[in-house]
Amino acid sequence: MNLNDILQETYTALVANKTRSILTMLGIIIGIGSVIAMISLGQGASGSITSSIQGLGSNLLTIVPGAIEPGRGQVSSGRGSAETLKNADVVVLEKIPGVAYVSPELVRRFQIIAPTGNNTNSSITGVSQDYASVHSITMAQGSFITDANIRSLSKVAVLGPTIAADLFGEENTIGKTIRINSTNFKIIGISESKGGSGFGGSPDESVYVSLPVMQRVLAGADYLSTIAVSVENEEMMPQVQEEITATLIQKHRVDVENPDFSIISQKDILSTLDQITGILTIFLASIAGISLLVGGIGIMNMMLTTVTERTREIGLRKAIGATKKNISLQFLAESILLTFTGGVIGVILGWLISFAVSSFAGIDASVSLRSVALAFGVSAGIGIIFGYYPARRASSLNPIEALRHE
Amino acid sequence: MLRRNLPDPVFLEDKHMIECVNTSKTYKSGGEETKALDNVSFKINEGEFVAIMGPSGSGKSTLMHILGCLDIPTSGTYSLDGHDVSKLSEDELAEIRLGKIGFVFQAFNLLPRTTVLRNVMLPLVYSGVPKEERERRAKEALSAVGFPEDRYYHYSNQISGGQIQRVAIARALVNNPSIILADEPTGNLDTKTGEIVLGTFQKLNKEGRTIILITHEPNVAEHAARVIHIRDGNIIEDRRLKQRIISEI
Repeated sequence: MNLNDILQETYTALVANKTRSILTMLGIIIGIGSVIAMISLGQGASGSITSSIQGLGSNLLTIVPGAIEPGRGQVSSGRGSAETLKNADVVVLEKIPGVAYVSPELVRRFQIIAPTGNNTNSSITGVSQDYASVHSITMAQGSFITDANIRSLSKVAVLGPTIAADLFGEENTIGKTIRINSTNFKIIGISESKGGSGFGGSPDESVYVSLPVMQRVLAGADYLSTIAVSVENEEMMPQVQEEITATLIQKHRVDVENPDFSIISQKDILSTLDQITGILTIFLASIAGISLLVGGIGIMNMMLTTVTERTREIGLRKAIGATKKNISLQFLAESILLTFTGGVIGVILGWLISFAVSSFAGIDASVSLRSVALAFGVSAGIGIIFGYYPARRASSLNPIEALRHE
Repeated sequence: MLRRNLPDPVFLEDKHMIECVNTSKTYKSGGEETKALDNVSFKINEGEFVAIMGPSGSGKSTLMHILGCLDIPTSGTYSLDGHDVSKLSEDELAEIRLGKIGFVFQAFNLLPRTTVLRNVMLPLVYSGVPKEERERRAKEALSAVGFPEDRYYHYSNQISGGQIQRVAIARALVNNPSIILADEPTGNLDTKTGEIVLGTFQKLNKEGRTIILITHEPNVAEHAARVIHIRDGNIIEDRRLKQRIISEI
């Protein structure tokens, strides 16, 4: 009995009970479909989180004042109260080999008033000229704050696209004036939208002014809230991180065990987030997997019914000379064909679901080859596992009793 | 021994196709033993047309199952075509059935939802005969039993009872078996159609096939050339008779 014969027999048997075959297959279709959809949405979400974090700047080390204690996380008030990062630290950090750019930053929230009468409360970031390079900021219009702006203490500002729209609507904004904390600032540029959410607010909702103006005019403080360091390449990050730690500990004259600053590596955050989305994906996929299991039990139920219904046929086949192997292969092929067809339709359904979700809900979804291969493997496996017992039962029927069966 | 009281059957100096020596079959149910066959011994030669006759419960079905290699005897031996098949395993018996025995049953003879031709080809599928040859041999067998050629591709539920039995005979023939074993083949047919089916067996017998017919009806049995009469698991009569020949169909 070759494969072609088995397939023909199987097809005839499944088509003879069309409704039952389709309903049973539906269990597998839903199971495989939801597994595919869940995995691809999970992977898509993880991919978009990764890319938006990478969009905030590559190979980034962020130095913040105060200690991050393990198990307690960073106390956000620490940023406001700790005043341990000074302008002088920047000069030292720039000398460390492997450091590409150093961007000292001071962030405060202020009320912003536009001449249109609109006003908003937003975070204002005092930046140096390297800020754009470190945080991968590109300009939609105008220019970013330049070295000259900083040295001349110019009262100029760059707006994020969201805040520009909030204050001025559709109007052209370049050259207009805004009032921050009773000081007028001239708008010289609008940054490109980045979408991703950073630390301390989205870059799209930020207003950038020069650091000396921020420190002397707006905040009246000489410390920094953050120093962002961009490293030349990824391999050097751990080494540079150690170097920075050692340098700052020496400069601040603090205990090694108890530093007054912390370094957050973008890589650590990425791997933590990857882990979280990975766990979520597994969690969702296992819920979908349960429906697959239920589908498999449906297959077994149908196959057992089929074997009982076709007892006399099995008896006849055995009398004619079919071996146990012939009979069990025939019934196993039926359940595998059922689950495999269900698997193919399920993959298509899952792909459609993730396509629909990504186009309507805006979550990126990518159906990976691996998840498709996994789905096919699982569906064929379910056919074998849940088809094995009914097939065995069919093949071990006694031909005499089977022929007498009513 | 019961057999001593019987007239000895006259055997031709031919090859013994079937040889049963002290064949017994005992069934156990609920601690009670039932002897369905009690030390039965007989021989059937190649080319014979034998009817095994007896009332229900006589043990003729048990004998049919053993002769058809669907079951093995509890004691004694049974050789088919020179092979002792009384000790074979389930799969070995299946192989013997496939190659040496052609079955025709009373009812449920054909696979449903399957064409006549595919039904006849079924044993060839299990013996691994290539596709083209299957079709040629199945058509040969169908024409040998006089099945109308225009119905080869009809489904098994679209043909009459007499035609179903003739398709079953064609399927029994297709693997060129040593014996054809028919279990009440006319049981579900009216007399006229039954005659046609029995005539088909006679024609095949004339062509040299060994045929064993199991029946409880004397008027069916008299179409055979020899009758083995069974009662309570014993052979009570084994005689040749004047065959009632049915004219060619």
